[in-house]
Amino acid sequence: MEDFSNEVWVFIEQRGGKAADVSFELLSKGRKLADTMKCPLKSVVIGSDVKQLAAETFRYGADESYVVDHAELKNYATLPYGRILNELVDAHRPRVFLFGATIIGRDLAPRVASHTRSGLTADCTDLQISDVTYIGTEYKNLLLQIRPAFGGNIVATIIAPDTAVQMATVREGVMEMHPLPQPHPVKITEVPYVPNEYDHLISIIEQHREESKVNLKAAPIIVAGGYGIGSKEKFKLIQDLAHTIGGEVAGSRAAVDAGFVPHERQVGQTGVTVRPKLYFAIGISGAIQHRAGMQESKKIIAINTDPEAPIFDIAHYSIVGDAADVIPKFIEAYKSKLK
Amino acid sequence: MHNSIVLVKQVPDTSNISGTVMKEDGTVNRSKLSAIFNFEDKVALEFALQVKDKCGGKVTAVTMGPPRASDILRECLYMGADEAILITDRKFAGADTLATSYVLSEAIKKIGNYSFVFAGRQAIDGDTAQVGPQTAEKLGIPQITYAEEIIDVSDECIRIRKKIDGGYEILESKLPLMITVLKDAAQPRPFSAKRVMAYKGAKSLLEIEKMAEGNSLLYVDKLVFEYKERSLFIPTLTAEDLQMDFSRCGVKGSPTKVYNIESVVLSGNDPERVENSKAGMNSLIDKLLEDRILG
Repeated sequence: MEDFSNEVWVFIEQRGGKAADVSFELLSKGRKLADTMKCPLKSVVIGSDVKQLAAETFRYGADESYVVDHAELKNYATLPYGRILNELVDAHRPRVFLFGATIIGRDLAPRVASHTRSGLTADCTDLQISDVTYIGTEYKNLLLQIRPAFGGNIVATIIAPDTAVQMATVREGVMEMHPLPQPHPVKITEVPYVPNEYDHLISIIEQHREESKVNLKAAPIIVAGGYGIGSKEKFKLIQDLAHTIGGEVAGSRAAVDAGFVPHERQVGQTGVTVRPKLYFAIGISGAIQHRAGMQESKKIIAINTDPEAPIFDIAHYSIVGDAADVIPKFIEAYKSKLK
Repeated sequence: MHNSIVLVKQVPDTSNISGTVMKEDGTVNRSKLSAIFNFEDKVALEFALQVKDKCGGKVTAVTMGPPRASDILRECLYMGADEAILITDRKFAGADTLATSYVLSEAIKKIGNYSFVFAGRQAIDGDTAQVGPQTAEKLGIPQITYAEEIIDVSDECIRIRKKIDGGYEILESKLPLMITVLKDAAQPRPFSAKRVMAYKGAKSLLEIEKMAEGNSLLYVDKLVFEYKERSLFIPTLTAEDLQMDFSRCGVKGSPTKVYNIESVVLSGNDPERVENSKAGMNSLIDKLLEDRILG
């Protein structure tokens, strides 16, 4: 195999100078991977006035930060960001390079993988380091990239045994964020940026962005409805229940696709991953993409008309019945208890 | 005038997986799945046709896949594509996104003379969204992914509304450009009845060879000539036609390997059954209050 540096890198995604949560989550995971590989963890920060942000990455376990700081790099743009990373990866060949599976991460990581001819796996739900024997050859410390595949009916472990750089993207919320009590000593390495004409083939005419007001990740109680609820009108039952017990409303992908609930409230592999104290799964059959986003909830109550629904296999409490029948009963019982 | 190339893919219908599709070892029996036109790619074709309606030019649909992928190429012709090209070769089998992007980028270079490459954001059999950007990188052209709308297109540039996390951007790009589109970006136009009549007999070389089985090669050549004359020929490109580096195609050229596949095993939690009754609800709520889960 080609030469590589035994290092784990995390691309730090920033919007308006603020790091995306997923970047810190990846650093926390990256720290564990780097410890197993006995190697340094490095963050890569691109933007304008981002040295402070680079320093923040040390709180999540980075040993060193590559910083590319330039006024023209304030907003994400595929071409300059891609070129910068291509050059950095060509120069250093890090063994592992992680990105958030955000719109930016999914725009950027494939360009870098294509240029450097590295293996890239999208939307991993778990990452591990392990020795692997593959077709008779032994490999030390490979990155196991675990993701649901084929409509979620299988879980695949992907490896890239023969490339120097192993790349993966991970959805926000899948990994847990662990700030260190004692941050590592700071080492910032500045990388110069020399603009070129090619970087400006695309220009931003307008940008409209609103920070989501919904924070499912922080909600202690989540009431989620699925396609089985039947209609947008009936989905109001979910809201009623959430309102009564002080929870946040959420939905499965099918419920979002059907227009019952907005996308920012989607739980699952292509939505948010949550770990609340209490999770109601109502009219949700329990496809793996959904379970991947909620199975670590402390208590799960599943309500479904189908007694064979897979959601019951991960639930702590099961109620077989129709939401329109069960929810009012629950609300009434709850209200009378609190009187 | 703008020529567009549209990347399309035939995918297994993963939304309709039933018990018979899963093999006992937990892998998927692809042959049991029906093959469909990846929807976002159809939206990409619609984008290309809109550009053609406005500016003129030629729309070429391209797919890499097994011979039966000709089915979706005919659908492209029904919708309005001027030409449809099948890229097929046993050497391409087992390609991951990197190897796929190598083949597609070489095919695009061979077709040449384009302002746009359109593609769906992602295909439903992998959901990776990688092939578009990986192909653009190999072509050395800019890209706009997650496109929601064409705002305006002129001779030298295009304005696109693009989804970003938490909102949208309007971007202006010089050409040529790769654009990957979201499923709600446009409604693919229905097949034109006239075009269905005209192109339902369109055939790729492999289909013509199959039709002429048992006859001489000369007969195949004659048929190909006839199909070409009637604009019913779906050209085929192979690894050799594209003068490709075979080590970068198919399984050989794919850095990612499937190391392990497990069918989804549920944790087998035995949930506590709660009666759908007032008493059932009362005892459930008591437990939740007691465990400080509620209240």
